[in-house]
Amino acid sequence: MLDNNIYIYLLVASLTLYAIRALPLTFIKGEITNTFIYSFLYYVPYVTLSVMAFPAIITATSNLISGIAAFVVAVIVAYKDGNLFKVALASCIAVYITELLI
Amino acid sequence: MDKNKNYLQGIKDGIPIAMGYFAVAFTLGIAAKNMGMTIAQSGLMSFMLHASAGQFAAMTVIAEQAGYIAMIGAMFVINIRYFLMSCALSQKLNPNTPLWQRMLMSYFVTDEIFGISVSVKGELNPFYPLGAMSVGSPAWLIGTMLGAAVGNILPLSLSSAFGVALYGMFIAVVIPPSRESKTIAIVVLVSMAASALSTVLPVLNTMSSGTKIIILTLIIASAAAIIRPVQPESLLSKEACEDVRQ
Repeated sequence: MLDNNIYIYLLVASLTLYAIRALPLTFIKGEITNTFIYSFLYYVPYVTLSVMAFPAIITATSNLISGIAAFVVAVIVAYKDGNLFKVALASCIAVYITELLI
Repeated sequence: MDKNKNYLQGIKDGIPIAMGYFAVAFTLGIAAKNMGMTIAQSGLMSFMLHASAGQFAAMTVIAEQAGYIAMIGAMFVINIRYFLMSCALSQKLNPNTPLWQRMLMSYFVTDEIFGISVSVKGELNPFYPLGAMSVGSPAWLIGTMLGAAVGNILPLSLSSAFGVALYGMFIAVVIPPSRESKTIAIVVLVSMAASALSTVLPVLNTMSSGTKIIILTLIIASAAAIIRPVQPESLLSKEACEDVRQ
């Protein structure tokens, strides 16, 4: 369905990812001492994951109300118990139940 | 020296990781199918990338045909945490660790592998993470392919429900640290608000989501690093604590 260039895209993604993972392990011997670079790297996952999760989670389901339910339940369960699997499952169940009720 | 012992211990510790991978990969496979990938392509992607958020972003770039530069940019920004993790792991390797072992274990640096590797006492033997990934990687690959295979025979109500699983997991990563750090909580809130705004603001709403992720990450993470710098000294201990808690 997708063009054949999907394989080129995957190769580009794979090489980029490998470079990110391998460069420090093969070349860098000392610790990161630059505070800005360290701090930037420290905050990156939180920003990236937040941006990707919201508002996408709200528009991912077949209607807006179940999407909002998924978001609210995910935040509450994550706040009480950080287990990735439980949070994911809880938000799925929230969508299923909400869509049954509507 | 004790390669076998470390490899076997890695396999043992990798089993619960593999179970988690299977579930996450399954939802990734459903998403891959929805974006038009074949079962084989989804499996190939999982073997080539080994990254949940990264693969999701890669699928977005491919679906939007956003270009190879956008792919490099998206992979770089979204997976830059692996750079930080690899930096931390490089500190735990024996300086005499052969290059081929360093290069091989680099292929398998994930959040979970980092978590168990960095909490090893003393020096890290590369065969420990390799053992863990010798069960984790197949689970990741098979989970993705099964998700892509089963995804389209699921009823709409179930595929709609499973569609939020991946986002739920992203939320599960950012919320618990927000409870303990006000700064992270603000960073998460600002990021979500900016992301929501970017869907309605002119200029930004015409960009692909991959480009938006890059721009928002660069701006918000830089601002946070300037306003609330984190001291590098506790690199190992801090990351280790976070992962143990998860």
